Amino acid sequence: MIETNAVYVIVAREFKKFIREKTRLFSIIARPLLWLFLVGGGMSRLVPAGEGVSYIQFIFPGIIGMTILFSSIFSSISIIWDKEFGFMKEILVAPVSRFSVVLGKATSGMILSTVQAAIVLCLFPFLGLDLSLLQIAAIIVICAILAFAIAAFGILLASFYDSYESFSVIMNFIVMPMFFLSGAMYPVKLLPWVLKIFAKLNPLTYGIDALKNVIFPYETGRMAADFPLLLDVAVITAVSVVFVLIAGKVFERKG
Amino acid sequence: MQIIRVENLVRRFGAITAVDDISFSVEEGAIFGFLGPNGAGKTTTINILCTLLAPTSGKAFLNGHDCDLESSEVRKSIGIVFQDSSLDKDLTARENLIFHAYLYNVPKAERKKRVEEVLSFVELTERGDDLIKKFSGGMKRRLEVARGLIHRPKVLFLDEPTLGLDPQSRTNLWEFITELPKKHKVTIFMTTHYMEEAEVCDKIAIIDKGKIIASGTPSELKKTVGGDIIYLRTSDNKNSMEDIRKVLDVDVSEKDGEIYLSALKGDVCIPKIIRELGDRVLSVRMQRPTLNDVFLRLTGKEIRPETATTDDNVKETVRSYRRRHDRD
Repeated sequence: MIETNAVYVIVAREFKKFIREKTRLFSIIARPLLWLFLVGGGMSRLVPAGEGVSYIQFIFPGIIGMTILFSSIFSSISIIWDKEFGFMKEILVAPVSRFSVVLGKATSGMILSTVQAAIVLCLFPFLGLDLSLLQIAAIIVICAILAFAIAAFGILLASFYDSYESFSVIMNFIVMPMFFLSGAMYPVKLLPWVLKIFAKLNPLTYGIDALKNVIFPYETGRMAADFPLLLDVAVITAVSVVFVLIAGKVFERKG
Repeated sequence: MQIIRVENLVRRFGAITAVDDISFSVEEGAIFGFLGPNGAGKTTTINILCTLLAPTSGKAFLNGHDCDLESSEVRKSIGIVFQDSSLDKDLTARENLIFHAYLYNVPKAERKKRVEEVLSFVELTERGDDLIKKFSGGMKRRLEVARGLIHRPKVLFLDEPTLGLDPQSRTNLWEFITELPKKHKVTIFMTTHYMEEAEVCDKIAIIDKGKIIASGTPSELKKTVGGDIIYLRTSDNKNSMEDIRKVLDVDVSEKDGEIYLSALKGDVCIPKIIRELGDRVLSVRMQRPTLNDVFLRLTGKEIRPETATTDDNVKETVRSYRRRHDRD
Protein backbone atom coordinates (compact mmCIF):
# COMPACT_ATOMS: atom_id res chain seq x y z
CA MET A 1 0.00 0.00 0.00
CA ILE A 2 1.28 3.47 -0.88
CA GLU A 3 0.35 6.53 1.18
CA THR A 4 0.87 9.53 -1.09
CA ASN A 5 0.86 12.05 1.77
CA ALA A 6 3.66 10.17 3.50
CA VAL A 7 5.73 9.81 0.32
CA TYR A 8 5.23 13.52 -0.39
CA VAL A 9 6.29 14.68 3.06
CA ILE A 10 9.37 12.42 3.16
CA VAL A 11 10.48 13.93 -0.16
CA ALA A 12 9.66 17.46 1.04
CA ARG A 13 11.76 16.98 4.17
CA GLU A 14 14.84 15.87 2.22
CA PHE A 15 14.40 18.73 -0.23
CA LYS A 16 14.15 21.31 2.52
CA LYS A 17 17.24 19.98 4.27
CA PHE A 18 19.13 19.87 0.98
CA ILE A 19 18.41 23.53 0.24
CA ARG A 20 19.38 24.52 3.77
CA GLU A 21 22.79 22.85 3.62
CA LYS A 22 24.98 25.33 1.79
CA THR A 23 28.18 23.30 2.09
CA ARG A 24 26.59 20.29 0.42
CA LEU A 25 25.60 22.47 -2.55
CA PHE A 26 29.18 23.71 -2.82
CA SER A 27 30.65 20.22 -2.86
CA ILE A 28 28.21 19.18 -5.58
CA ILE A 29 29.76 21.78 -7.86
CA ALA A 30 33.31 21.28 -6.63
CA ARG A 31 33.73 17.51 -6.96
CA PRO A 32 32.83 17.18 -10.68
CA LEU A 33 34.97 20.22 -11.48
CA LEU A 34 37.96 18.61 -9.76
CA TRP A 35 37.51 15.34 -11.60
CA LEU A 36 36.81 16.88 -14.97
CA PHE A 37 39.58 19.45 -15.07
CA LEU A 38 42.27 18.11 -12.74
CA VAL A 39 41.96 14.40 -13.57
CA GLY A 40 40.41 14.65 -17.03
CA GLY A 41 42.49 17.67 -18.04
CA GLY A 42 45.73 15.94 -17.06
CA MET A 43 44.85 12.53 -18.42
CA SER A 44 43.82 13.90 -21.81
CA ARG A 45 47.53 14.76 -22.38
CA LEU A 46 48.26 11.06 -22.01
CA VAL A 47 45.24 9.46 -23.64
CA PRO A 48 44.85 10.06 -27.36
CA ALA A 49 41.45 11.28 -28.49
CA GLY A 50 39.03 8.92 -30.21
CA GLU A 51 37.29 9.86 -33.45
CA GLY A 52 36.43 13.39 -32.46
CA VAL A 53 35.98 12.65 -28.74
CA SER A 54 38.74 13.84 -26.42
CA TYR A 55 39.41 12.13 -23.06
CA ILE A 56 37.98 15.04 -21.08
CA GLN A 57 34.79 14.76 -23.15
CA PHE A 58 34.83 10.99 -22.76
CA ILE A 59 34.71 11.14 -18.96
CA PHE A 60 31.89 13.72 -18.94
CA PRO A 61 29.10 11.06 -18.89
CA GLY A 62 31.10 9.23 -16.22
CA ILE A 63 31.29 12.37 -14.08
CA ILE A 64 27.54 12.88 -14.39
CA GLY A 65 27.14 9.22 -13.38
CA MET A 66 29.50 9.78 -10.44
CA THR A 67 27.46 12.76 -9.30
CA ILE A 68 24.36 10.58 -9.33
CA LEU A 69 26.13 7.70 -7.60
CA PHE A 70 27.41 9.84 -4.74
CA SER A 71 24.31 11.91 -4.20
CA SER A 72 21.87 9.00 -4.44
CA ILE A 73 23.90 6.85 -2.07
CA PHE A 74 24.36 9.81 0.26
CA SER A 75 20.65 10.50 0.23
CA SER A 76 19.77 6.89 1.05
CA ILE A 77 22.48 6.56 3.66
CA SER A 78 20.71 9.37 5.51
CA ILE A 79 18.48 6.51 6.72
CA ILE A 80 21.41 5.42 8.91
CA TRP A 81 21.61 8.96 10.30
CA ASP A 82 17.89 8.95 10.94
CA LYS A 83 18.25 5.69 12.86
CA GLU A 84 21.20 7.01 14.83
CA PHE A 85 19.51 10.27 15.80
CA GLY A 86 16.14 8.70 16.52
CA PHE A 87 14.06 10.32 13.80
CA MET A 88 13.47 6.98 12.09
CA LYS A 89 11.34 5.92 15.06
CA GLU A 90 8.94 8.76 14.36
CA ILE A 91 8.49 7.37 10.85
CA LEU A 92 8.33 3.71 11.87
CA VAL A 93 5.53 4.09 14.43
CA ALA A 94 3.39 6.11 12.03
CA PRO A 95 0.49 4.35 10.29
CA VAL A 96 2.49 4.25 7.07
CA SER A 97 3.60 1.17 5.17
CA ARG A 98 7.31 0.45 4.99
CA PHE A 99 7.06 0.48 1.23
CA SER A 100 5.85 4.09 1.27
CA VAL A 101 8.86 5.01 3.38
CA VAL A 102 11.21 3.31 0.91
CA LEU A 103 9.42 4.89 -2.04
CA GLY A 104 9.63 8.32 -0.40
CA LYS A 105 13.35 7.95 0.29
CA ALA A 106 14.08 6.61 -3.21
CA THR A 107 12.06 9.39 -4.83
CA SER A 108 13.84 12.08 -2.85
CA GLY A 109 17.18 10.52 -3.81
CA MET A 110 16.05 10.53 -7.43
CA ILE A 111 14.94 14.17 -7.45
CA LEU A 112 17.98 15.53 -5.60
CA SER A 113 20.43 13.53 -7.72
CA THR A 114 18.78 14.57 -10.96
CA VAL A 115 18.94 18.22 -9.94
CA GLN A 116 22.64 17.82 -9.17
CA ALA A 117 23.30 15.95 -12.41
CA ALA A 118 21.52 18.76 -14.28
CA ILE A 119 23.83 21.30 -12.64
CA VAL A 120 26.88 19.31 -13.76
CA LEU A 121 25.36 18.94 -17.22
CA CYS A 122 25.47 22.73 -17.59
CA LEU A 123 29.27 22.42 -17.99
CA PHE A 124 28.97 20.85 -21.45
CA PRO A 125 29.69 24.02 -23.49
CA PHE A 126 33.02 24.42 -21.66
CA LEU A 127 34.10 20.96 -22.82
CA GLY A 128 33.48 21.74 -26.47
CA LEU A 129 30.38 19.56 -26.60
CA ASP A 130 27.33 20.49 -28.62
CA LEU A 131 24.02 19.07 -27.33
CA SER A 132 20.55 19.57 -28.74
CA LEU A 133 17.49 20.14 -26.58
CA LEU A 134 16.33 16.62 -27.37
CA GLN A 135 19.67 15.20 -26.19
CA ILE A 136 19.46 17.24 -22.98
CA ALA A 137 15.93 15.97 -22.32
CA ALA A 138 17.05 12.37 -22.92
CA ILE A 139 20.00 12.85 -20.54
CA ILE A 140 17.70 14.13 -17.79
CA VAL A 141 15.37 11.15 -18.19
CA ILE A 142 18.26 8.66 -18.07
CA CYS A 143 19.70 10.45 -15.03
CA ALA A 144 16.35 10.19 -13.22
CA ILE A 145 16.02 6.45 -13.85
CA LEU A 146 19.64 5.79 -12.87
CA ALA A 147 19.31 7.96 -9.76
CA PHE A 148 16.22 6.06 -8.65
CA ALA A 149 17.99 2.71 -9.14
CA ILE A 150 21.06 3.79 -7.15
CA ALA A 151 18.92 5.36 -4.40
CA ALA A 152 16.96 2.11 -4.02
CA PHE A 153 20.27 0.22 -3.90
CA GLY A 154 21.45 2.65 -1.20
CA ILE A 155 18.34 2.01 0.90
CA LEU A 156 19.03 -1.69 0.66
CA LEU A 157 22.57 -1.07 1.95
CA ALA A 158 21.33 1.25 4.69
CA SER A 159 18.86 -1.29 6.01
CA PHE A 160 21.75 -3.60 6.86
CA TYR A 161 23.70 -1.02 8.84
CA ASP A 162 22.66 1.02 11.83
CA SER A 163 25.60 3.12 12.83
CA TYR A 164 27.48 5.73 10.92
CA GLU A 165 30.81 3.97 11.37
CA SER A 166 29.57 1.73 8.59
CA PHE A 167 29.47 4.70 6.23
CA SER A 168 33.19 4.50 5.43
CA VAL A 169 32.87 0.76 4.79
CA ILE A 170 30.12 1.42 2.28
CA MET A 171 32.09 4.22 0.62
CA ASN A 172 35.39 2.35 0.35
CA PHE A 173 34.24 -1.15 -0.47
CA ILE A 174 31.07 -0.55 -2.46
CA VAL A 175 30.78 2.96 -3.82
CA MET A 176 34.35 3.55 -5.00
CA PRO A 177 34.69 0.16 -6.78
CA MET A 178 31.28 0.75 -8.34
CA PHE A 179 32.54 4.04 -9.71
CA PHE A 180 35.84 2.71 -11.09
CA LEU A 181 34.21 -0.36 -12.65
CA SER A 182 31.48 1.59 -14.40
CA GLY A 183 33.25 2.65 -17.57
CA ALA A 184 33.37 6.19 -16.22
CA MET A 185 37.14 6.58 -16.53
CA TYR A 186 37.92 3.99 -19.23
CA PRO A 187 35.85 2.08 -21.80
CA VAL A 188 34.56 -1.26 -20.52
CA LYS A 189 35.64 -3.00 -23.75
CA LEU A 190 39.31 -2.31 -22.92
CA LEU A 191 39.15 -3.98 -19.49
CA PRO A 192 40.68 -7.41 -18.79
CA TRP A 193 37.99 -10.10 -18.74
CA VAL A 194 37.76 -10.47 -14.95
CA LEU A 195 37.09 -6.79 -14.45
CA LYS A 196 34.79 -6.82 -17.46
CA ILE A 197 32.54 -9.29 -15.62
CA PHE A 198 32.32 -6.99 -12.62
CA ALA A 199 31.67 -4.00 -14.86
CA LYS A 200 28.86 -5.85 -16.59
CA LEU A 201 27.25 -6.69 -13.24
CA ASN A 202 27.39 -3.05 -12.17
CA PRO A 203 24.13 -1.18 -12.88
CA LEU A 204 26.01 2.13 -12.97
CA THR A 205 27.83 0.87 -16.09
CA TYR A 206 24.59 0.83 -18.04
CA GLY A 207 23.51 4.25 -16.82
CA ILE A 208 26.81 5.83 -17.86
CA ASP A 209 26.76 3.88 -21.12
CA ALA A 210 23.29 5.24 -21.88
CA LEU A 211 24.64 8.76 -21.34
CA LYS A 212 27.58 8.01 -23.67
CA ASN A 213 25.12 6.79 -26.29
CA VAL A 214 23.19 10.05 -26.08
CA ILE A 215 26.15 12.44 -25.73
CA PHE A 216 28.38 10.94 -28.51
CA PRO A 217 25.89 9.25 -30.85
CA TYR A 218 28.28 9.28 -33.82
CA GLU A 219 31.46 8.07 -32.11
CA THR A 220 32.45 4.61 -33.35
CA GLY A 221 36.02 4.20 -32.06
CA ARG A 222 37.41 3.16 -28.67
CA MET A 223 35.62 6.02 -26.90
CA ALA A 224 32.18 4.94 -28.14
CA ALA A 225 29.47 3.44 -25.94
CA ASP A 226 29.80 -0.28 -25.18
CA PHE A 227 26.18 -1.41 -25.40
CA PRO A 228 23.09 -0.40 -27.41
CA LEU A 229 21.05 2.43 -25.85
CA LEU A 230 17.93 0.30 -25.63
CA LEU A 231 19.72 -2.37 -23.59
CA ASP A 232 21.15 0.31 -21.27
CA VAL A 233 17.77 1.86 -20.56
CA ALA A 234 16.10 -1.53 -20.16
CA VAL A 235 18.72 -2.63 -17.61
CA ILE A 236 18.56 0.49 -15.43
CA THR A 237 14.77 0.54 -15.53
CA ALA A 238 14.58 -3.11 -14.51
CA VAL A 239 17.19 -2.58 -11.79
CA SER A 240 15.18 0.38 -10.41
CA VAL A 241 12.02 -1.68 -10.08
CA VAL A 242 13.78 -4.76 -8.69
CA PHE A 243 15.85 -2.83 -6.14
CA VAL A 244 12.95 -0.76 -4.83
CA LEU A 245 10.86 -3.90 -4.35
CA ILE A 246 13.69 -5.76 -2.59
CA ALA A 247 14.48 -2.69 -0.45
CA GLY A 248 10.80 -2.48 0.51
CA LYS A 249 10.77 -6.14 1.56
CA VAL A 250 14.03 -5.95 3.50
CA PHE A 251 12.98 -2.73 5.17
CA GLU A 252 9.72 -4.28 6.25
CA ARG A 253 11.54 -7.12 7.94
CA LYS A 254 14.38 -5.17 9.51
CA GLY A 255 12.67 -1.86 10.29
CA MET B 1 -13.71 0.91 29.02
CA GLN B 2 -10.37 -0.83 28.91
CA ILE B 3 -8.27 1.01 26.35
CA ILE B 4 -5.23 -1.25 26.83
CA ARG B 5 -5.39 -4.93 27.67
CA VAL B 6 -2.31 -7.10 28.01
CA GLU B 7 -2.61 -10.86 28.52
CA ASN B 8 0.28 -13.14 29.47
CA LEU B 9 2.74 -11.15 27.42
CA VAL B 10 6.23 -12.64 26.98
CA ARG B 11 9.16 -11.29 25.02
CA ARG B 12 12.53 -13.00 24.90
CA PHE B 13 15.79 -11.76 23.39
CA GLY B 14 17.93 -14.85 23.10
CA ALA B 15 18.56 -16.09 26.63
CA ILE B 16 17.13 -12.98 28.27
CA THR B 17 13.43 -12.79 29.05
CA ALA B 18 12.81 -9.05 29.00
CA VAL B 19 9.06 -9.37 29.62
CA ASP B 20 7.99 -12.44 31.54
CA ASP B 21 4.29 -13.31 31.39
CA ILE B 22 2.71 -9.99 32.36
CA SER B 23 -0.99 -9.09 32.32
CA PHE B 24 -2.63 -5.76 33.07
CA SER B 25 -5.23 -3.35 31.78
CA VAL B 26 -5.64 0.41 31.56
CA GLU B 27 -8.93 2.29 31.80
CA GLU B 28 -9.72 4.97 29.25
CA GLY B 29 -8.85 8.51 30.38
CA ALA B 30 -6.51 7.36 33.14
CA ILE B 31 -2.89 8.19 33.81
CA PHE B 32 -1.22 4.81 34.05
CA GLY B 33 2.28 4.55 35.45
CA PHE B 34 4.59 1.71 34.56
CA LEU B 35 7.36 1.72 37.12
CA GLY B 36 10.56 -0.15 37.47
CA PRO B 37 14.34 0.15 37.44
CA ASN B 38 16.36 0.45 34.24
CA GLY B 39 16.23 -2.75 32.25
CA ALA B 40 13.09 -4.05 34.00
CA GLY B 41 11.20 -4.46 30.73
CA LYS B 42 9.33 -1.15 30.51
CA THR B 43 10.57 -0.08 27.11
CA THR B 44 10.17 -3.58 25.69
CA THR B 45 6.51 -3.55 26.77
CA ILE B 46 5.99 -0.11 25.24
CA ASN B 47 7.63 -1.23 22.01
CA ILE B 48 5.23 -4.17 21.81
CA LEU B 49 2.22 -1.94 22.50
CA CYS B 50 3.49 0.50 19.85
CA THR B 51 3.81 -2.34 17.30
CA LEU B 52 7.58 -1.87 16.98
CA LEU B 53 8.24 -5.31 18.40
CA ALA B 54 6.35 -8.58 18.09
CA PRO B 55 5.67 -10.50 21.31
CA THR B 56 7.21 -13.96 21.75
CA SER B 57 3.85 -15.09 23.14
CA GLY B 58 0.76 -13.59 24.71
CA LYS B 59 -1.52 -10.82 23.47
CA ALA B 60 -1.72 -7.06 23.67
CA PHE B 61 -4.77 -5.05 22.63
CA LEU B 62 -5.02 -1.31 22.23
CA ASN B 63 -8.34 0.37 21.56
CA GLY B 64 -9.69 -3.10 20.76
CA HIS B 65 -7.02 -3.86 18.14
CA ASP B 66 -4.38 -6.56 18.34
CA CYS B 67 -0.96 -4.86 18.55
CA ASP B 68 0.73 -7.63 16.60
CA LEU B 69 -1.82 -8.32 13.88
CA GLU B 70 -3.54 -4.95 13.36
CA SER B 71 -0.52 -2.71 13.65
CA SER B 72 -1.85 -0.07 11.30
CA GLU B 73 -5.05 0.43 13.32
CA VAL B 74 -3.06 0.54 16.55
CA ARG B 75 -0.61 3.08 15.14
CA LYS B 76 -3.43 5.42 14.21
CA SER B 77 -4.66 5.47 17.79
CA ILE B 78 -1.39 6.14 19.59
CA GLY B 79 1.05 8.99 20.09
CA ILE B 80 4.53 8.34 21.46
CA VAL B 81 7.22 10.32 23.19
CA PHE B 82 10.33 8.18 23.15
CA GLN B 83 13.07 8.12 25.75
CA ASP B 84 15.53 9.65 23.26
CA SER B 85 14.48 12.60 21.16
CA SER B 86 13.04 11.66 17.78
CA LEU B 87 12.79 15.18 16.37
CA ASP B 88 14.64 16.23 13.24
CA LYS B 89 17.20 18.71 14.56
CA ASP B 90 17.70 20.33 11.16
CA LEU B 91 14.05 21.28 10.81
CA THR B 92 12.08 23.91 12.69
CA ALA B 93 9.47 23.07 15.32
CA ARG B 94 6.64 23.84 12.89
CA GLU B 95 8.22 21.73 10.16
CA ASN B 96 8.53 18.78 12.52
CA LEU B 97 4.85 19.12 13.41
CA ILE B 98 3.73 19.52 9.77
CA PHE B 99 5.74 16.42 8.88
CA HIS B 100 3.85 14.51 11.54
CA ALA B 101 0.48 15.83 10.35
CA TYR B 102 1.15 14.57 6.82
CA LEU B 103 2.46 11.24 8.06
CA TYR B 104 -0.75 10.67 10.05
CA ASN B 105 -2.96 11.84 7.22
CA VAL B 106 -4.48 14.77 9.08
CA PRO B 107 -6.99 16.34 6.63
CA LYS B 108 -5.55 19.23 4.64
CA ALA B 109 -7.94 21.84 6.05
CA GLU B 110 -6.99 20.86 9.60
CA ARG B 111 -3.20 20.64 9.37
CA LYS B 112 -2.21 24.25 10.02
CA LYS B 113 -4.88 24.70 12.66
CA ARG B 114 -3.84 21.66 14.67
CA VAL B 115 -0.15 22.52 14.47
CA GLU B 116 -0.81 25.99 15.89
CA GLU B 117 -3.16 24.53 18.47
CA VAL B 118 -0.61 22.13 19.93
CA LEU B 119 2.20 24.70 19.67
CA SER B 120 0.28 27.16 21.79
CA PHE B 121 -0.69 24.37 24.18
CA VAL B 122 2.99 23.70 24.92
CA GLU B 123 3.71 27.44 24.88
CA LEU B 124 6.17 27.27 22.01
CA THR B 125 4.29 29.42 19.49
CA GLU B 126 6.98 32.13 19.35
CA ARG B 127 9.74 29.53 18.93
CA GLY B 128 7.87 27.69 16.17
CA ASP B 129 10.21 28.78 13.38
CA ASP B 130 13.43 28.05 15.26
CA LEU B 131 15.50 25.00 14.40
CA ILE B 132 15.28 22.18 16.94
CA LYS B 133 19.08 22.43 17.32
CA LYS B 134 18.50 25.60 19.34
CA PHE B 135 15.96 24.03 21.73
CA SER B 136 16.68 23.06 25.33
CA GLY B 137 15.95 19.54 26.58
CA GLY B 138 12.71 20.59 28.24
CA MET B 139 11.46 22.40 25.14
CA LYS B 140 12.21 19.40 22.96
CA ARG B 141 10.29 17.11 25.29
CA ARG B 142 7.32 19.47 25.32
CA LEU B 143 7.39 19.70 21.56
CA GLU B 144 7.44 15.92 21.30
CA VAL B 145 4.38 15.69 23.51
CA ALA B 146 2.72 18.30 21.29
CA ARG B 147 3.62 16.31 18.20
CA GLY B 148 2.19 13.17 19.74
CA LEU B 149 -1.17 14.92 20.13
CA ILE B 150 -1.60 16.30 16.59
CA HIS B 151 -3.45 13.28 15.25
CA ARG B 152 -5.69 13.11 18.36
CA PRO B 153 -4.56 9.72 19.61
CA LYS B 154 -6.48 7.63 22.11
CA VAL B 155 -3.36 6.76 24.07
CA LEU B 156 -0.23 8.82 24.55
CA PHE B 157 2.88 6.86 25.53
CA LEU B 158 5.53 8.69 27.49
CA ASP B 159 8.72 6.70 27.96
CA GLU B 160 10.71 8.29 30.80
CA PRO B 161 9.44 11.76 29.85
CA THR B 162 11.52 13.63 32.42
CA LEU B 163 14.81 11.78 31.94
CA GLY B 164 17.70 14.21 31.70
CA LEU B 165 15.63 17.32 32.49
CA ASP B 166 16.49 19.83 35.18
CA PRO B 167 14.18 19.94 38.24
CA GLN B 168 12.28 23.01 37.07
CA SER B 169 11.52 21.61 33.61
CA ARG B 170 10.47 18.37 35.28
CA THR B 171 7.92 20.14 37.46
CA ASN B 172 6.61 22.12 34.50
CA LEU B 173 6.31 19.03 32.36
CA TRP B 174 4.40 17.18 35.05
CA GLU B 175 1.90 19.98 35.54
CA PHE B 176 1.35 19.88 31.84
CA ILE B 177 1.08 16.09 31.55
CA THR B 178 -1.52 15.82 34.30
CA GLU B 179 -3.77 18.21 32.37
CA LEU B 180 -3.70 16.10 29.23
CA PRO B 181 -6.47 13.56 29.96
CA LYS B 182 -9.01 16.30 30.65
CA LYS B 183 -7.94 18.69 27.91
CA HIS B 184 -7.32 16.19 25.14
CA LYS B 185 -9.42 13.18 26.11
CA VAL B 186 -6.36 10.98 25.96
CA THR B 187 -5.17 8.10 28.12
CA ILE B 188 -1.60 8.44 29.36
CA PHE B 189 0.68 5.45 29.58
CA MET B 190 3.96 6.47 31.10
CA THR B 191 7.08 4.82 32.39
CA THR B 192 9.47 6.27 34.90
CA HIS B 193 12.03 5.15 37.37
CA TYR B 194 11.49 8.24 39.51
CA MET B 195 9.02 6.87 42.05
CA GLU B 196 8.01 10.27 43.37
CA GLU B 197 6.83 11.23 39.90
CA ALA B 198 4.43 8.33 39.80
CA GLU B 199 2.34 9.86 42.59
CA VAL B 200 0.25 11.68 39.96
CA CYS B 201 -0.85 8.39 38.39
CA ASP B 202 -4.36 7.01 38.75
CA LYS B 203 -3.00 3.50 38.62
CA ILE B 204 0.45 2.00 38.81
CA ALA B 205 2.04 -1.29 37.92
CA ILE B 206 5.50 -2.03 39.27
CA ILE B 207 7.69 -4.18 37.09
CA ASP B 208 10.97 -5.78 38.04
CA LYS B 209 13.02 -8.28 36.04
CA GLY B 210 10.21 -8.60 33.52
CA LYS B 211 7.46 -9.42 36.02
CA ILE B 212 4.72 -7.22 37.45
CA ILE B 213 5.21 -7.44 41.20
CA ALA B 214 2.45 -5.09 42.33
CA SER B 215 -0.31 -2.90 40.94
CA GLY B 216 -2.98 -0.54 42.23
CA THR B 217 -3.50 3.14 43.00
CA PRO B 218 -0.59 4.97 44.64
CA SER B 219 -2.39 5.03 48.02
CA GLU B 220 -3.32 1.35 47.82
CA LEU B 221 0.30 0.48 47.14
CA LYS B 222 1.55 2.66 49.94
CA LYS B 223 -0.78 0.94 52.36
CA THR B 224 0.90 -2.38 51.58
CA VAL B 225 4.11 -1.03 53.09
CA GLY B 226 2.29 -1.03 56.40
CA GLY B 227 2.28 2.62 57.30
CA ASP B 228 5.14 4.82 58.41
CA ILE B 229 8.77 3.84 58.31
CA ILE B 230 11.08 4.53 61.21
CA TYR B 231 14.82 4.71 60.63
CA LEU B 232 17.27 4.45 63.54
CA ARG B 233 20.98 4.75 63.94
CA THR B 234 22.24 3.01 67.04
CA SER B 235 25.57 2.21 68.64
CA ASP B 236 24.74 -1.53 68.47
CA ASN B 237 22.45 -2.44 65.60
CA LYS B 238 22.40 -6.19 66.21
CA ASN B 239 21.13 -6.18 69.78
CA SER B 240 18.91 -3.17 69.17
CA MET B 241 17.12 -5.02 66.38
CA GLU B 242 16.52 -7.96 68.72
CA ASP B 243 15.13 -5.70 71.42
CA ILE B 244 12.80 -3.85 69.04
CA ARG B 245 11.45 -7.15 67.77
CA LYS B 246 10.70 -8.25 71.32
CA VAL B 247 8.91 -5.04 72.28
CA LEU B 248 6.94 -4.25 69.15
CA ASP B 249 6.62 -7.67 67.54
CA VAL B 250 7.43 -6.32 64.05
CA ASP B 251 9.90 -7.06 61.27
CA VAL B 252 13.10 -5.10 61.64
CA SER B 253 15.74 -4.87 58.92
CA GLU B 254 19.05 -3.21 58.39
CA LYS B 255 20.36 -1.30 55.40
CA ASP B 256 23.46 0.88 55.05
CA GLY B 257 24.06 0.80 58.82
CA GLU B 258 20.55 1.95 59.54
CA ILE B 259 17.78 -0.05 61.17
CA TYR B 260 14.36 0.38 59.66
CA LEU B 261 10.91 -0.92 60.47
CA SER B 262 7.42 -0.10 59.39
CA ALA B 263 4.68 0.76 61.83
CA LEU B 264 1.07 1.78 61.31
CA LYS B 265 1.41 4.59 63.86
CA GLY B 266 5.04 5.58 63.75
CA ASP B 267 4.61 8.59 66.05
CA VAL B 268 3.37 6.31 68.84
CA CYS B 269 6.10 3.70 68.33
CA ILE B 270 9.07 6.04 68.50
CA PRO B 271 8.79 6.77 72.26
CA LYS B 272 8.46 3.04 72.98
CA ILE B 273 11.59 2.26 71.00
CA ILE B 274 13.60 5.00 72.65
CA ARG B 275 12.50 3.89 76.11
CA GLU B 276 13.65 0.33 75.31
CA LEU B 277 16.99 1.15 73.68
CA GLY B 278 17.95 4.03 75.94
CA ASP B 279 21.16 5.78 74.99
CA ARG B 280 22.02 3.26 72.30
CA VAL B 281 19.90 5.45 69.97
CA LEU B 282 22.04 7.88 67.99
CA SER B 283 19.34 9.28 65.71
CA VAL B 284 15.74 8.67 64.74
CA ARG B 285 13.78 9.76 61.71
CA MET B 286 10.38 8.81 60.40
CA GLN B 287 9.07 8.74 56.86
CA ARG B 288 5.56 8.62 55.57
CA PRO B 289 5.52 5.84 52.98
CA THR B 290 6.44 6.69 49.39
CA LEU B 291 6.26 4.53 46.32
CA ASN B 292 9.98 4.10 46.64
CA ASP B 293 9.37 2.30 49.95
CA VAL B 294 6.85 0.11 48.22
CA PHE B 295 9.49 -0.87 45.74
CA LEU B 296 12.09 -1.35 48.45
CA ARG B 297 9.75 -3.63 50.35
CA LEU B 298 8.84 -5.66 47.29
CA THR B 299 12.33 -6.17 45.93
CA GLY B 300 14.67 -5.47 48.83
CA LYS B 301 16.51 -2.85 46.78
CA GLU B 302 16.02 0.79 45.99
CA ILE B 303 14.90 1.85 42.57
CA ARG B 304 17.93 3.98 41.90
CA PRO B 305 20.44 4.31 39.10
CA GLU B 306 23.12 2.76 41.37
CA THR B 307 21.84 -0.60 40.24
CA ALA B 308 22.35 0.41 36.64
CA THR B 309 25.57 -1.48 35.93
CA THR B 310 24.04 -4.91 35.58
CA ASP B 311 20.86 -3.48 34.08
CA ASP B 312 22.91 -1.66 31.47
CA ASN B 313 24.43 -4.98 30.56
CA VAL B 314 20.97 -6.38 30.05
CA LYS B 315 20.08 -3.36 27.93
CA GLU B 316 23.19 -3.77 25.82
CA THR B 317 22.52 -7.48 25.28
CA VAL B 318 18.96 -6.73 24.25
CA ARG B 319 20.15 -4.00 21.91
CA SER B 320 22.74 -6.15 20.18
CA TYR B 321 20.27 -9.02 19.96
CA ARG B 322 17.75 -6.73 18.32
CA ARG B 323 20.35 -5.51 15.88
CA ARG B 324 20.72 -9.08 14.68
CA HIS B 325 17.20 -10.44 14.90
CA ASP B 326 14.84 -7.51 14.65
CA ARG B 327 11.22 -8.41 14.04
CA ASP B 328 11.96 -12.04 13.29
